Amino acid sequence: MSDDLEVLRQDVVSELAGATDLRAWDAVRVATLGKSGRLTGLLKALGKMPPDERKARGVALNRLRDTLTQAVETRGRELEAAALQARLVAERVDVSLPPPATVQGYLHPISRTIEEMTAIFGAMGFGVAQGPDIETDWHNFSALNTPAHHPARTDHDTFYLPPQPGLDVTRVLRTQTSGVQIRTMLGQKPPLRIIAPGRTYRADHDATHSPMFHQCEGLVVGHDITLGHLKGCLIEFLRAFFGKPDLPVRFRSSYFPFTEPSLEVDIGWSRKTGDIGGGEDWLEVLGAGMVHARVLANCGLDPRVWQGFAFGMGIERLAMLKNGIPDLRSFYESDIRWLRHYGADPLAPALLHEGV
Amino acid sequence: MKFTLSWLYDHLDTQATLAEICAALNQIGLEVESVENRGAALQPFLTARITQAVQHPNADRLRVCTVDAGPGFENVQVVCGAPNARAGIAVIFAPPGTYVPGLDITIKAGAIRGEKSGGMLCSLRELGIGEESNGIAELPDDTLPGESYADFAGLDDVVIDIAITPNRGDALGVRGIARDLAAAGLGTLRPWLAETVEGTFASPIEWAITYPEACPWILGRTIRGVRNGPSPEWLRRKLESIGLRPISALVDITNYFCFDLGRPLHVFDANKIAGSRLTVCHGGKESFLALDGKNYTVTSEDCVIADQAGVQSVAGIMGGEATGADDATTDVFVECALFDPVKVALSGRRLGLFSDSSYRFERGVDPALPVAALEAATRMIVDLCGGEASEVVSAGEQPAWQRTASLRFSRLQSLGGLAVPADESVALLEKLGFEVRSRDDLSVVVDVPSWRNDVAQSPILSQGTDVPPDIARVAAEGVAAIEAESDLVEEVLRLKGLDAVPAATLPPFSAVPGAALTPRLARTELARRMLATRGLTETVGFSFVSNEAARVFGGAPESLRLLNPIASDLDQMRPTPLVNLTEAVKTNSARGWADIGLFEIGPAFAEDGQQAIAAGVRAGHTQRYPGLASEPVSLWAAKADALELLRALGVNLDAITTTADAPGWYHPGRSGVLRQGPKLVVARFGELHPSLLQAQGIDTPVVAFEVLLDAVPEPKRRKKAAPQLSAFQPVRRDFAFVVGDDVPGENVLRAVRGADRQLVSAVSLFDVYKGPHVPQGQRSIGVEVTLQPMERSLTDAELEAVSERIVAAVSKATGAVLR
Repeated sequence: MSDDLEVLRQDVVSELAGATDLRAWDAVRVATLGKSGRLTGLLKALGKMPPDERKARGVALNRLRDTLTQAVETRGRELEAAALQARLVAERVDVSLPPPATVQGYLHPISRTIEEMTAIFGAMGFGVAQGPDIETDWHNFSALNTPAHHPARTDHDTFYLPPQPGLDVTRVLRTQTSGVQIRTMLGQKPPLRIIAPGRTYRADHDATHSPMFHQCEGLVVGHDITLGHLKGCLIEFLRAFFGKPDLPVRFRSSYFPFTEPSLEVDIGWSRKTGDIGGGEDWLEVLGAGMVHARVLANCGLDPRVWQGFAFGMGIERLAMLKNGIPDLRSFYESDIRWLRHYGADPLAPALLHEGV
Repeated sequence: MKFTLSWLYDHLDTQATLAEICAALNQIGLEVESVENRGAALQPFLTARITQAVQHPNADRLRVCTVDAGPGFENVQVVCGAPNARAGIAVIFAPPGTYVPGLDITIKAGAIRGEKSGGMLCSLRELGIGEESNGIAELPDDTLPGESYADFAGLDDVVIDIAITPNRGDALGVRGIARDLAAAGLGTLRPWLAETVEGTFASPIEWAITYPEACPWILGRTIRGVRNGPSPEWLRRKLESIGLRPISALVDITNYFCFDLGRPLHVFDANKIAGSRLTVCHGGKESFLALDGKNYTVTSEDCVIADQAGVQSVAGIMGGEATGADDATTDVFVECALFDPVKVALSGRRLGLFSDSSYRFERGVDPALPVAALEAATRMIVDLCGGEASEVVSAGEQPAWQRTASLRFSRLQSLGGLAVPADESVALLEKLGFEVRSRDDLSVVVDVPSWRNDVAQSPILSQGTDVPPDIARVAAEGVAAIEAESDLVEEVLRLKGLDAVPAATLPPFSAVPGAALTPRLARTELARRMLATRGLTETVGFSFVSNEAARVFGGAPESLRLLNPIASDLDQMRPTPLVNLTEAVKTNSARGWADIGLFEIGPAFAEDGQQAIAAGVRAGHTQRYPGLASEPVSLWAAKADALELLRALGVNLDAITTTADAPGWYHPGRSGVLRQGPKLVVARFGELHPSLLQAQGIDTPVVAFEVLLDAVPEPKRRKKAAPQLSAFQPVRRDFAFVVGDDVPGENVLRAVRGADRQLVSAVSLFDVYKGPHVPQGQRSIGVEVTLQPMERSLTDAELEAVSERIVAAVSKATGAVLR
């Protein structure tokens, strides 16, 4: 190699080594390999050389060009890598910090419980029916075989409202959602299978009673519905609701004006631990019975043709049992701490295939 | 209804254990509420005798006694501080290890001031059963040492409390309970026969009835020459065991029959009755002093018993002070009557007066029993108080109570779900007192016993006024045909036990059930989840609030004010759930929550009816974060909540307009109403009015929304067209319009959107400016417009043309000019 080419090579190599950022590197590249770069100048000068010198010089220049091109590229990659490394170091953050808070909302345990009941009864072919909170006393009592003097009415502690102007009808806050059953029987042709979850009201306020609470009543009417179906339906509901396939369920004779035979339903539990399904004790959870012939007839159904069963359960009560909630009053106090503790995730609705 | 095991044994011959009895009671519909064994705690205490008592050598007030308490404790030394501890008396001894309930200690053997003491001598107070504490209890001289005190004192009895359902008046006496248990297979009902007492003279007092609807039949007789005073021990103990206070022999005897046979009686002091006639009649607005020491004013609806001086008793409920029996009574007149259940119930409620007697009359007493019951009561009075009985006097007559009922045996299966053999069914009914009148292979006809007034009643219907008459008539005939049969099915099932009925699965309508929720209810559930995922937590508030709060939130009509509220601040049906949510903001804010988000979906009440409202509140300030300052809640969040909710309900938000006329509980300048089309109000939102917050004592900003769920129309179920997905890049252009302050900004955006429905695919707001660069009274609104070509990329000329159309459309709609 000619001395001048060796000098150029050494110059460029040292300049590349001295270029510590991409800008300096690019200057070296342009000054060497660019249009008016030093190597380019030498290559241009090649044409003016005598032919005998040209060949050897051409070979040497081409070799030098390959060498320098490679050196420039290598250095360029080094510098890029170094720049990236520096950026990565500079961009580092403390990933141990918490992200900005997002506020999670929750569903009230009453909603959740109604959802679970709807899912289970829905699977048994029940539809959900609704009715007004303010009922006539006919819908709430008389149609249900509970006339004004009936001793059962004294158990109810009914809230009364003034009659609507121009209408001589006693209005009450419904003490049960049975009015929905009455409206369903009046308005639809059997066979019927409905549940009616909703607000109910009784003039009672202490540690275990709230003047407003929720009930879920159910009604089944058909040609051949028996008390055996009532038992099957409620046993299956209770076992699914509490997630205990072996839950002990006991049926006791009782009395309600609107059913005959009437019964109350207990589940097995432990008084000591509150454990549902375990222990030696029984806990009453709902009332039920075969729809009274008079109730069917009050709604225009011939009890010789149609029969069925009805049931009613306290939603808060079942929610308390299932979730271990100790105090009834807390349901209505809107205490965010309580709502977050017992509330349900809105993205996990009660779906039978996911488990209620 | 309370009773003791020993009382039950008076009527029931049984070997059943307590557990079996309780299980049977529960099964047959006599629900056991509690079982109390008062004697259990007193079992370890022993009867004993002090054989020797000497002064304690080291203490003036103590005595060292030697006690014989029977086997194992024949010669125990006990140190005792009671002044009456002396040799020879019979006492109660607590051996070491005994828990003493009155002192809440367990006795240990030890030494008291140097003298050994191997137990304790007790007072009744220390046993937890008496008030007396002046020394230790002294038992009768003939007491034998070594018997458990519980057994000795008859405190070994178990008290069972059962709930009697309103249909079972017959079970309000121990005998009725025993009959049911015997029918359920737990022994035999002992025979009961009233021993008659021959009357030896004509009763100087007679009955008359002028209110036969309230009292069909009444009996009575005079017993003269009685000595009233404390009842004998057995009677007092019986009454005390079920929580009744013994008063005097005459009164205790009436109470005894009230609970033993469920048969209320009343005794008048015959010498205090004015005249010779007691009349069962309408009350006459007069005041009457009852035996409870209170005055009651009876109305003409109330049935009373009056003498010449006036009202002496409210029939079937309570007698009067003026003619009551006391220790000086020598002649009594005993009343035994049938009173109408409904009349008694209504009188009781009208007067606010209830008694063990009215409780039984309301539920129906045995109409065949009065003659025998009066004989039995007379016998007991004569036995316990002496005296001489008159002949029986009466008025009215025994009403016809005889009824029959028939049962097709197949109904046990087809209604009750349990196939019970015919013979067994009949046998069970007979044990309950039903008598077979006729029977064949398929059915039986029985006479209903007098005490079962709940079986085979004549049906009372209250048929809906909108049931067509012919349908109503057929249905009523159906009831008449089968109700009594259902009564009998219930009786047989009750005795068999419902646990015997095999559970059957409801026949499915289809393998895969249809939706349980109507589309409307399903949308409500979606709304609920949507609000919670937006960070709001669901609450449930009472439907009634205070009248004042309701007023603030738009309405407290008198027609929605409870006539009998449970508290004065829970008397008005709420006009919106916001009332409760605002209160919840207050309480949670007071607990220190800085960032509150709550919602409720529930009823709101107005004079024209009830509607479902989804309401929410956001209160306080957002949380700080590096680079993010804490911000007060913004009305935009509330508007977004409302809009997102409407979107979830299927509302096309392009059709929603906002007007600035929200109701008075919102800040008038920072609130709005969302309307679908020009009229239909579907939601309200905004900051709550500052003066409302101030009045409530809330010192944190609050924004709220209310979506009127019932107003939102059902979305049309349309099949969606396939989307047009363009292959070409959208073009975005910014425009700034200067527009008058009074022009809703929404109109600018809507005009842009409407300028070219094909090309304009989105419009968004990026700037609102007021200041020196725009004229007074106007503002600049900056919007970004997205143009989406479908066929090919836009040319410059096309872009220019659509921009001009946009400017023209906005200008036409709002008077705005391009800035």
